[in-house]
Amino acid sequence: MKHLLSAGDLSRDEATLILDTAAELLSVAKRPIKKLPTLRGRTIVNLFFEDSTRTRISFEAAAKRLSADVINFSAKGSSASKGESLKDTALTLQAMGADAVVIRHHASGAPYRLAHSKWSNGAVVNAGDGTHEHPTQALLDAFTMRSHLGDLAGKDITIVGDVLHSRVARSNALLLDTLGANVTLVAPPTLLPVGVETWPVATSYDFDASLEKADAVMMLRVQRERMNASFFPSAREYSRRYGLDVARMNRLPQHAIVMHPGPMNRGMEINADVADSDRSVIVEQVTNGVAVRMAVLYLLLGGATEGEDS
Amino acid sequence: MSTVIKGAKLLGEQVADICIEDGVITQVGSDLTGDTVVDATGLIALPGLVDLHTHLREPGREDAETVLTGTQAAARGGFTCVFAMANTEPVADTAGVVEQVWRLGREHGYADVQPIGAVTIGLAGEHLAELGAMADSAAKVRVFSDDGKCVSDAVLMRRALEYVKAFDGVIAQHAQEPRLTEGAQMNEGPLSGELGLTGWPAVAEEAIIARDVLLAEHVGSRLHVCHLSTRGSVEIVRWAKSRGINVTAEVTPHHLLLDDELVRSYDPIFKVNPPLRSADDVLAVREGLADGTIDIVATDHAPHPMEDKECEWQAAAFGMIGLETALSIVQQTMVDTGALTWEQVAEKLSSNPARIGRVANHGRPLAVGEPAHVVLYDPTATRVVEPSDTASLSRNTPYAGRELPGRVVATFLAGRPTVLEGELQ
Repeated sequence: MKHLLSAGDLSRDEATLILDTAAELLSVAKRPIKKLPTLRGRTIVNLFFEDSTRTRISFEAAAKRLSADVINFSAKGSSASKGESLKDTALTLQAMGADAVVIRHHASGAPYRLAHSKWSNGAVVNAGDGTHEHPTQALLDAFTMRSHLGDLAGKDITIVGDVLHSRVARSNALLLDTLGANVTLVAPPTLLPVGVETWPVATSYDFDASLEKADAVMMLRVQRERMNASFFPSAREYSRRYGLDVARMNRLPQHAIVMHPGPMNRGMEINADVADSDRSVIVEQVTNGVAVRMAVLYLLLGGATEGEDS
Repeated sequence: MSTVIKGAKLLGEQVADICIEDGVITQVGSDLTGDTVVDATGLIALPGLVDLHTHLREPGREDAETVLTGTQAAARGGFTCVFAMANTEPVADTAGVVEQVWRLGREHGYADVQPIGAVTIGLAGEHLAELGAMADSAAKVRVFSDDGKCVSDAVLMRRALEYVKAFDGVIAQHAQEPRLTEGAQMNEGPLSGELGLTGWPAVAEEAIIARDVLLAEHVGSRLHVCHLSTRGSVEIVRWAKSRGINVTAEVTPHHLLLDDELVRSYDPIFKVNPPLRSADDVLAVREGLADGTIDIVATDHAPHPMEDKECEWQAAAFGMIGLETALSIVQQTMVDTGALTWEQVAEKLSSNPARIGRVANHGRPLAVGEPAHVVLYDPTATRVVEPSDTASLSRNTPYAGRELPGRVVATFLAGRPTVLEGELQ
């Protein structure tokens, strides 16, 4: 594994190794001194072309706990808003000796472009690209599910909301399929991409029909602006048909968990009572995010032997 | 001063000599002699190619292409006449701009440049440009297009179709329903969903073509469909022709060869408008070209500077260069597959585009008394495309590293060689 660009690139063994490594690293967070010397002397750049405080600080914490040097580079609002900035920025980072670049970009495929260009030869970690993928989010979601549900093989996972624009949904669908789970995507037809029938998932327009068998329900953020583009008639109608409220939550099996990648639109896709309920593992997802990102950086940059030979 | 081309296969068939004097073919036969002899043994002679869809970028984007470099690239591709699209800066929407472009072509002498006039002022899709003034100008504009943008307003399109009847003009429509393609990045299908790139549905093209052929029928006008790219578009044009509607259609070389799987690389060298479509669409446009539904191949040669392609997909410009590779792509996709003869290639790349564009002295047969626009082509040669090996100022070829068949050996524009031994003269 040289880069982490798509959750679909991970084999079941690789994904399991990341999750197992994360489990070990999670224990570090419980120590008084939360730091390992593993990546001492290595430089990791957080290259964020799009605002995302929570993802950036999660990666930053992960890198620092492994003793790496971290450079935060926020390209948003800098003079270069056009594409060539990616090349020039990459060349700059390369010249500074970055061992890994964690990139968040509004353009789908930007991490792939960075990894496959000659502009940089460090490891590239996709921290969310456009409406494409967000593989570390899928890994932390899988980690969270695994810690509550055990082995994910055969588990029923329902993902609800704006699948069309969601990089979280894409990465989760691919990774959960790799791990053997049964994924159902629930959305109004306007928010499912053309060609979704070729994905390794089931789809449904009816949230209520998928509640009773779900081991986990993951609610996706739905931006209110989608309403203005006629993806759905109104926020209220969306909420009635696809929002997770207490009545729907009560129809879930006793062991089922409720997830959300954040940031939440309380009152839109998820009701406040649900978000704050015992079923909700949303805060835990954040904690696990640091451990999973530690595992990814560790395995890419120095931990595993197979990471060294490329 | 006479030039004799010895031993070429005319339209890929009969071997003959061609004698050229004063820009005209004066003899076709055997054992001809002349002051200059060009040995064309084993080469195919075709009438000079005509490109109905070229972006020369001058005026305005001389960093990407000029009339000089664009026509040099044309000559290297075997073209003797190119139609320059109107989306320059300023837009070619007045007699002044079209005459300037036309004159530059004449001064440089690498290919005749026939300007295309904008349909609407500034390509804004609001008010008709002075189509009559452009038609009456020295450039004698007959093809009008807002290419790059669609004349999406149905009333404006109707009026344009009607108005150009007064001077036998044609509206060349860039068929792209704007609302269905807001932010669109690639062909809409399973792959766009997978790659997270905003989809460009086939229906956005097909709906406009369907509307336009019905409008053309209603007002009895002539319509040309630019760069159609989908199976549905082919079917609509086929249906329209079967009803006797006066419509012609073009396909680009890249839509004959490349499909949307290339977008997996996220390399914007493959970003083009209309987008690369599915493999099935590629088959459909080949069938359409073979059965005459599609009348011509036109390059949509669209030069862009490096920085507009060396970036993220979403930020990159749409377009590919294609003048110097067009004939090779047509050979590979249509001739080597048995779908077209060389005689039919001459129709698709020379006589048909000249007829659609109403240029009288191009696209003529290789016969005595005809203008001496001739291309000599070696179909047995092969080459690996090297982006820097181009006369264009731009390098955005999607064929880099591909081995393509064929090579343009010589091009004659009105008897004068613009290319000899593959080199610009």
